[in-house]
Amino acid sequence: MMEGFLEFFMEHRSTIYMVILSVFLGIEVISHVPAILHTPLMSGANAIHGVVIIGAIIVMGHAETTGAMILGFLAVVLGTLNVVGGFVVTDRMLEMFKKKNN
Amino acid sequence: MNDISQFAAGISVLEITYILASVLFILGLKMLSHPLTARRGNTLAAIGMVLAILATILFHQKDGQPIGNIWWIIGAITVGTVIGWVIAKRVKMTAMPQLVSFFNGMGGAAAALISIMEFPHVSHELIAKSGMANGHVLAILLGLVIGTVSWAGSMIAFGKLDGRIGDMRIKAMKYVNLTILAVIIGFVVYIMTRDVQASAELTPFIIILFVIAVVYGVLFVMPIGGADMPVVISLLNSFTGVAAAMGGFLYQNQAMLTGGILVGSAGTILTILMCKAMNRSLLNVIVGVFGGGGQAVTGAAGTVKEISVSDAAVLLSYSKKVVIVPGYGLAVAQAQHICHELDKLLEEKGVEVKYAIHPVAGRMPGHMNVLLAEADVPYEQLIESDEINPDLPNTDVLVVIGANDVVNPAAEDDPSSPIYGMPIIKARDAKNIIVMKRGMGKGYAAIENMLFFNAKTRMLFGDAKTTLQNLVNEVKAL
Repeated sequence: MMEGFLEFFMEHRSTIYMVILSVFLGIEVISHVPAILHTPLMSGANAIHGVVIIGAIIVMGHAETTGAMILGFLAVVLGTLNVVGGFVVTDRMLEMFKKKNN
Repeated sequence: MNDISQFAAGISVLEITYILASVLFILGLKMLSHPLTARRGNTLAAIGMVLAILATILFHQKDGQPIGNIWWIIGAITVGTVIGWVIAKRVKMTAMPQLVSFFNGMGGAAAALISIMEFPHVSHELIAKSGMANGHVLAILLGLVIGTVSWAGSMIAFGKLDGRIGDMRIKAMKYVNLTILAVIIGFVVYIMTRDVQASAELTPFIIILFVIAVVYGVLFVMPIGGADMPVVISLLNSFTGVAAAMGGFLYQNQAMLTGGILVGSAGTILTILMCKAMNRSLLNVIVGVFGGGGQAVTGAAGTVKEISVSDAAVLLSYSKKVVIVPGYGLAVAQAQHICHELDKLLEEKGVEVKYAIHPVAGRMPGHMNVLLAEADVPYEQLIESDEINPDLPNTDVLVVIGANDVVNPAAEDDPSSPIYGMPIIKARDAKNIIVMKRGMGKGYAAIENMLFFNAKTRMLFGDAKTTLQNLVNEVKAL
């Protein structure tokens, strides 16, 4: 079992590097956010994790049975809801932040 | 071009697009953390998403097979887009937190579904080599558990914020939750140590794991108070990010990995930042039982003094400096527009009016800012609490509209109070305090607020919108 994991790390080491770098990146990007932006930022991040739709598309793209098609269809719909809903809601929140031209 | 180089060209375009999408996600998120660039950041991230989706449909190949069922996929995307767009555009601004929670849950569910569907298809060669104990299976299982917990929890959070689900305070809950968590981990280990030929044989365990994860998600969020929901949603947000990243591991998909991990780590930091603003630890939020009368000040706290609308109007009109402290009550009454009308009237009379914004006033950080911006209050008039606190002794009138915990002196005075240590707006420093409330009900923390019994305080009972309208009429007549 140990060899399995060691082999896994070797095979996926570039992915692991990317994960570690992404973690630091995420931390860096969020530093110094004013409280006023916490909610839109949360909403924007919410939309970005809608990238899970890509996985749903892949699953549905290879679905062969009716059951798989139905589940795949559902997964894509849910993923789309996350993406579209997320970005639109965030935009609505941010609409409010434009400077008023007096 | 022969088949093989067409293959290579398509894959290259796909990978380049994924890199582009990842860059746009990172840039977008960075820009979202500054007020001037935030909106553009959101748009950039959205563009990255669209590009990644298109490229996947057109060029993705799994074991040499391109994406099939394309029309069905487009159909599903259309359905999701229409529903998502309509919901996001139509819902009231005060329902924003619920909405973020709802869409977060959708993402979690999608991740869980992907895991459920991929589990029976784990390659037989992989199992022959290392059994079920490999990274691929772990990614599937983690995606399932984390995605499901996020979905179930988000649905409960949605219900709580929408007022449909109440709080459940049972002391033993933390032990129950810890036990269920142990069971989940046990199941994951169990599944990974089975000696089978094909993963499909273990499908019943996947179903059971799914059900347990749903239960855990529900019980995780149920005992947490409505006021803490924003922190919970931020946490669940990062969970879904991690679940998406698990899918990325599964498919070795760069876009999913970057997007997922980025949100997973950024979301965690945001959650911690929100906790800091409340001066409570994350553990305290999740495990601690907040309020509910356990540590409330009991017994008669004294009498409150009331003020009439006309007297309040006079007091306000003849002041030099007025500070308004908005809270959730303002949002509920949808009184932000009439509030702005009042502040404009006062400014015309030469009164300096500012709004004191506490980081966690309302239901979400920034809630008050969004609410007041909707009413066209220029954001130069919105001052953060630590900036405005030093000015309060010079403030003639401080008006609290539907806020409670953020002006509760117990945070400074009473070490046994659940909100002790939380930075507050030092309302009692002002020369005069008017508190607008519907009644003598307790805020989210369900504790007594001694500010109401302060000698300088006058209560103005009634619905915020009606009271403010009456105030506006009185001030106009002066």
